[in-house]
Amino acid sequence: MTTVTPPATAQQPTTGRHGRARLSEGARAERRLGWLLCAPAVIVMVAVTAYPIGYAIYVSLQRYILSAPQLTKFVGFSNYGAILSSPFWWHALLVTVIITVVSVAIEFVLGMCLALLMYRTIWGKGGIRTTILIPYGIVTVAAAFSWLYAWTPSTGYLSALFNNSAPLTSQPKAIAIIILAEVWKTTAFMALLLMAGLSLVPEDLLKAAKVDGATAWQRFTRVILPLMKPAILVALLFRTLDAFRIFDNIFILTQGNNGTGSVSILNYDNLFTGLNFGLGSAMSVLILICVAIIAILFIKGFGTAAPGTSLQR
Amino acid sequence: MAATTPQKVGWSVANIVTIVLVLIPLVWIISLSFKTTGSITDPTYFPTHWTWSNYSGILTTSTFLRPLLNSVGIGAIATFIAVVLASMAAYAVARLNFPGKAVLIGVSLLIAMFPAIALATPLFNIERALGLFNTWPGLIIPYVATGLPLGIYTLSAFFREIPWELEKAAKVDGATPFQAFVRVIAPLAAPGMVTTAILVFLFCWNEFLLAITLTATTASRTAPAALSFFTGSSQFAVPTGSISAAAVVITIPIIIFVLFFQRRIVAGLTSGAVKG
Repeated sequence: MTTVTPPATAQQPTTGRHGRARLSEGARAERRLGWLLCAPAVIVMVAVTAYPIGYAIYVSLQRYILSAPQLTKFVGFSNYGAILSSPFWWHALLVTVIITVVSVAIEFVLGMCLALLMYRTIWGKGGIRTTILIPYGIVTVAAAFSWLYAWTPSTGYLSALFNNSAPLTSQPKAIAIIILAEVWKTTAFMALLLMAGLSLVPEDLLKAAKVDGATAWQRFTRVILPLMKPAILVALLFRTLDAFRIFDNIFILTQGNNGTGSVSILNYDNLFTGLNFGLGSAMSVLILICVAIIAILFIKGFGTAAPGTSLQR
Repeated sequence: MAATTPQKVGWSVANIVTIVLVLIPLVWIISLSFKTTGSITDPTYFPTHWTWSNYSGILTTSTFLRPLLNSVGIGAIATFIAVVLASMAAYAVARLNFPGKAVLIGVSLLIAMFPAIALATPLFNIERALGLFNTWPGLIIPYVATGLPLGIYTLSAFFREIPWELEKAAKVDGATPFQAFVRVIAPLAAPGMVTTAILVFLFCWNEFLLAITLTATTASRTAPAALSFFTGSSQFAVPTGSISAAAVVITIPIIIFVLFFQRRIVAGLTSGAVKG
């Protein structure tokens, strides 16, 4: 692993400090090229996200039901009021938070174990890594169907193990099954990220600790974990954001029935089943705000390095 | 250090347990796809009566073949466009100095964190108005936009690894920055681009939410979406077997794909996390 010296452009413009210094031809060409190269990507990203979000905010301030377009009118924040005072929203939010917290926690622990396994196992390293990648490669919907049929009474082997009690129709059990499906699918991803962080722990430190008489557990908690902290936080940030947006598994397993709907499912229902665009848009904005809060919490609160910002060590 | 026998046994057990747990749901769906309609309600793990009829049923109906084609086509086009645009942007971010770089990174990170559901509503409206609803471009454009942050992030990590000296040498030899990019850097970045292409294609193939909201018929519906609306090879058959066969058909090629490229995928996913 060679460290790459940061590119030292000879003509570093000192604009802003001593007034405008003249940029050399090379630096100007570089800037032009930089903007030019980024432009297409930026245009596409902005067009597909910024504009729709602006549009969503605009629609969320109106009453706009697709099946009754003549009733469209500006209603201010009443859509937001309706959502925030509705028990359905808070229930869905609670379900989403529970699923997020529990599945990320489990994935973290299991992912850590898997990362250690992949990194240190004595034989079959390639085979283990390959096998662990398989859930990542399976289309989420296909895996969800696999679980659905497994738990359906009289069709499924798992259901038979639990006395054919139709667990997908009971709220706590259904949520547990959803969490199981999530964990099975994405632990691999977490394990990969953690393994990358694991590879940063210098071997000599561990050997030194061993010489000093540290037990395996002590080596783990005192040496490995602290050194892995940046990688752990990045992995947790990504996974938490992903988990909060859970949709595919719930849609297939329960369609959100029996109180298992997440905020995304609720939003989908209002939009495409109820055709209530005003309400659906308001909900989209609220979900976006929740996601932003989570991100801010992680970056400011836990000090996660936002990936892409150069953390010079 | 030599491993002692208890250590070897311990790791072996851990390996085997992991492999088995990972494979259980996969083997289950495969076995379901082979069960005859009559025996589908047997709660046995392995089929007691084997049949290929589920596969022959779905592979002869256009309600499944067309979505498969859509998935491949939309995924390929979106991946190609996303990789080209992301390469350009990633190169600029990793190698060039220009104002607004941090803003770009911040914005693309923000976009990567967007809940797709927040986009579904407005995109549905906009695409209806533009006539893009239920068309290939209608899915390709959002996929490109969502794949770009992933692409830029992965590729800029790869680009940062390429030695700066090569570019300097090219400039000394009289190349403009653009020529330096095309002739010197791009060939070296090819592995990174391949990895990014794989990751983006996997994302497009897997994508479900936008696929079900922005499509209505098999004109542009992709495989995962079609799967969830499947009613089976005939309107009287309970579709469990058909859905299982369809699930296997859309999954197995991807698994082989993933296994084949697993080294690249691991490198791509971890490059950003390690370097920051």
